[in-house]
Amino acid sequence: MDIVPLAKAIAIGLGALGPAIGIGMIGSKAMEAIGRNPEAANKILVPMLIVSAFAEAVAIYALVIAFSIK
Amino acid sequence: MNPTTSSTIKNTQTIQVAMPQSTEIKHENTLYSEQIANWHGFPITNSLITSWVAVLIIVILSVALRMKMKKVPSKLQHFFEYVLEGGFDLADQVTGSRKTTEKVFPVAISIFFFVIINNWLGILPLGGFGVLQTGADGTSFVPFLRSGTADVNTTLMLALVSVIASNIFGVVAIGLWKAFNKYVNLKALGGIFTKIRKQPTVLLEAPVMFFVGVLEFIGEFAKIASLSFRLFGNVFAGEVLLASMGALFAYGLPIPFLFLEVIVGFIQALIFSMLTLVYFTIAAQDHDEHEHEDHSHHTPSNINSIEENKVAISN
Repeated sequence: MDIVPLAKAIAIGLGALGPAIGIGMIGSKAMEAIGRNPEAANKILVPMLIVSAFAEAVAIYALVIAFSIK
Repeated sequence: MNPTTSSTIKNTQTIQVAMPQSTEIKHENTLYSEQIANWHGFPITNSLITSWVAVLIIVILSVALRMKMKKVPSKLQHFFEYVLEGGFDLADQVTGSRKTTEKVFPVAISIFFFVIINNWLGILPLGGFGVLQTGADGTSFVPFLRSGTADVNTTLMLALVSVIASNIFGVVAIGLWKAFNKYVNLKALGGIFTKIRKQPTVLLEAPVMFFVGVLEFIGEFAKIASLSFRLFGNVFAGEVLLASMGALFAYGLPIPFLFLEVIVGFIQALIFSMLTLVYFTIAAQDHDEHEHEDHSHHTPSNINSIEENKVAISN
């Protein structure tokens, strides 16, 4: 039995879990902040995108690892 | 990572293109960039070609802008003035002062343009242009365009430039001795002998401070790794995503993902240049002083200088 696909699936599956939670929290907090102060929406948007890209990067690391498992 | 060593880690996902003839032409999404030509033993990969194209575009644009610089801007000049103004304001938020921004901004904006043009060249719908290569495992198709940033060599180089230049900037800004003490904290160790009379707790504090310096030194390498792999991973994953979607269903389905990749390409370029700015700013900060420093950058004098600059630009 070939377990390489399983290893890839576990790598990206578990690796995406944390960033997904993180991005969810970032988004929810940003929405909350915009709800409290709708005028600050433009100021919140850019930091939110940047921080969510930081969280996303962790998932991308997992993706690269998943691709490099042979 | 050069192509020969990285060829062992090969992405096995293949997208098979059915051809009218019975011979199959494969296109693999490989982690490394594929070699197209060879120039006296120097491999010319498709990523290299794309980054040359990006450099060419930047050169042509900047020459075109420089030749037609006017007080009443043309459309092109107006667009880039708008971009630069926005970039300056964003950089001011990071650095906190217009003076630092003016020193660091050229590096950051150059990285930004190089990365964004590379990212967007990779998703141009010109993937059909390429060469056919006959290898051991049949004929394979190698496209000419593959984002320069979808090759880990390019991103590693950019990250190295960013981190090393930030350290050099730090040395210039706060002096060699202070910059050196950030990593090998001889000052804290020396403090044991000078301060032990007044506060004996320095015996505990100094080794901790020294260890923090060691951590910062390791952190510099972590910066290089995270910068390069973030950009590489995002762009490469985008290319794989587009290829998989195109393989699933070629008509219509990849369009939303193309939009996503346009946004990702922009955001990653923005993040890379913003982080470069952040590293430069941190390197220029004096550790002893910045704890007492006022971090608010919206002081009236600062805003005035920004306004002045806006007026200067718009004139």
